[in-house]
Amino acid sequence: MIHNKEVIPEQPAPKGTIGPIAWLRGNLFNGPINSLFTLLGLYVLYLLVVPTIQWAFIDADWVGDSREDCSRVGACWVFVNARFSQFIYGLYPSEEYWRANIVFAMFASIIAWLVIPRLPLKRWVIVFALLAFPVIAYVLLHGGYFDLPRVSTHRWGGLMLTLLLASVGMIGALPIGIVLALGRRSQMPIVRTFCVIFIEFWRGVPLITILFMASVMLPLFLPTELSVDRLIRALIGLTLFQSAYMAEVIRGGLQAIPKGQDEAAAALGMTYWKRMGLIIMPQALKMMIPGIVNTFISLFKDTTLVMIIGLFDLLGIVQAALSDSRWLGFSLEGYVFAAFVFWIFCFSMSRYSQYLERRLNTGHKQ
Amino acid sequence: MLKKKHLALLVSAGSITLAGMTTAQADTLEDTRDNGAVRCGVSDGLPGFSAPDDDGNWQGIDVDVCRAVAAAVLGDADAVDYISLNAVERFTALQSGEVDVLSRNTTWTTTRDTTLGLNFTGVTFYDGQGFMVSRDLGITGADELDGASICIQSGTTTELNLADYFRANDMEFNPIVFDTSEQTVGGYQAGRCDVLTSDTSQLAALRIQLDNPEGSMILSDVISKEPLGPVVRQGDDLWFNIVKWSLFAMINAEEYGVTSENVDEMTSSEDPNVARLLGQDGNYGEGMGLDADWAYNIISQVGNYAESFDRNVGMGSPLEIERGVNALWTDGGFQYAPPIR
Repeated sequence: MIHNKEVIPEQPAPKGTIGPIAWLRGNLFNGPINSLFTLLGLYVLYLLVVPTIQWAFIDADWVGDSREDCSRVGACWVFVNARFSQFIYGLYPSEEYWRANIVFAMFASIIAWLVIPRLPLKRWVIVFALLAFPVIAYVLLHGGYFDLPRVSTHRWGGLMLTLLLASVGMIGALPIGIVLALGRRSQMPIVRTFCVIFIEFWRGVPLITILFMASVMLPLFLPTELSVDRLIRALIGLTLFQSAYMAEVIRGGLQAIPKGQDEAAAALGMTYWKRMGLIIMPQALKMMIPGIVNTFISLFKDTTLVMIIGLFDLLGIVQAALSDSRWLGFSLEGYVFAAFVFWIFCFSMSRYSQYLERRLNTGHKQ
Repeated sequence: MLKKKHLALLVSAGSITLAGMTTAQADTLEDTRDNGAVRCGVSDGLPGFSAPDDDGNWQGIDVDVCRAVAAAVLGDADAVDYISLNAVERFTALQSGEVDVLSRNTTWTTTRDTTLGLNFTGVTFYDGQGFMVSRDLGITGADELDGASICIQSGTTTELNLADYFRANDMEFNPIVFDTSEQTVGGYQAGRCDVLTSDTSQLAALRIQLDNPEGSMILSDVISKEPLGPVVRQGDDLWFNIVKWSLFAMINAEEYGVTSENVDEMTSSEDPNVARLLGQDGNYGEGMGLDADWAYNIISQVGNYAESFDRNVGMGSPLEIERGVNALWTDGGFQYAPPIR
């Protein structure tokens, strides 16, 4: 037997297995069929990307203030530019934009504060965000107090309205969803039946129907003095609809927690609320992050449906702008802009949820 | 109890036929003055009729009706709360009192006038279904369209009118149906049909969206009657009169040559018609609970009918719709307002 006493020193990987060329060979050109598909893929990509860039950037018109400033060869971003503040604030009076800006700034700070882990006092920020912020935002946006001129809700619109609908929907749907999910698993027959009926009713009806009911039928049943603002009606409809979905997502999480945990907690003498609050819910919610965020993202996109009841959310205001006779025919630009804004928000939510999953991972992940 | 009865009534009716149910509030004029603004239902964006401009102000021929009513009632044409409504909810919004005037490209028909508890106050625009064809085809009239393939937007009365017209004239056609107006234009542009049909006011808006608007023309033939006008609730005749005469004032102003430019000089006009219109001779606003300068306010702030038409849909706008049947009766059109006296 030959023993080599010396340790063979570390050596770099053989040439031909590292570097970009090796990567290309290993991943894109390993074999004739794969090479063919790679080339085909590149060609398709070329066909798609080049004209898009050509249209959106190279041939595009950026400056000006009317349709005459657009050559119509490429995209006419002049349109989006001229309407930009409307896309953000809707038909909100321009001299009152500062009020919406303050609300935007507060909203962004709250989100940033909650998202950045290093910042302290998270609990108080949450309390502020849930109790004080809605009141401040309402007073600022709606006015009528402290000498602020009143801006009625049918002038609200654009991204502002989209964010409002989405955040109220999310903040409202999560707690209602949790309560409904617990109620559906409850031993008490009346509570359980109520929750089942509630969830199945709202889940069984399309959101469009709910919005239509809220905007077309409800005012006929209510006496005129009791007429509820149409934005509020939409908000209530949207929140209840989403909470039914949320309840089912959370119930999925609850069912994934082994029963033994609940029983063990009960054996320790914990009350129902302690067991739920300290043992079951933290695990279930953590597990359900992808599902919850999925529901949030779909809610964010569902807010565009309020367009059909005459509220100008981001997409609605883009469409209204497209019907201005001086800007007819720029629908592609308008829709691309709306899609881009929606994509930014949805993508950020998705990335944040992935980050959250990693941060809360306690090693149970498989 | 009362509400339950209403509910049962509604369900049994099976449709929203609510005549008389929401006539409880009757003094719209008083409410409007308290509110400080006219609550006006407009569309959620219809070129030339009602759409927000770059500064977020509503513009359009329908919008001008709201502005005229506000000028007459409150003396300020800007005192309007615009509430955008889609086609489905527009009547409910009016019935339930969410809006007090509906000026939203609404066709005056028997059913709407008699069964919905609503009243049409006049006609702001005589619309009708027309045809757009490529100039290359050399077609000059709708009777030459036998065998044509025609692009239509689905689910509208347009489809039915078209079928009726071709059957009545014993002609064949090949319908190509699209979902939205943008798709319809796209189909026409791509050459999937020879002809595009829609209401003439819409055709003008669709034509602008073509790559080469000059290459297509709108035929002068019209195959349906679509008189568009403002609507109010039944049961408040005073308000009905105000909205009706706000429009009449604009049409009369055009007839007597009073415009927003010359209205101040016209106040000293010798013409008795003008003097009565502008409140220089008698107070014709009294019967409506308005001041003598009600029509003066409308004309100085909104303009006469010709100005509104021209600015929003006519030659002064991108739509470039001819006056056609919307010309004054003195010019061979249909627009005719009863005299103010």
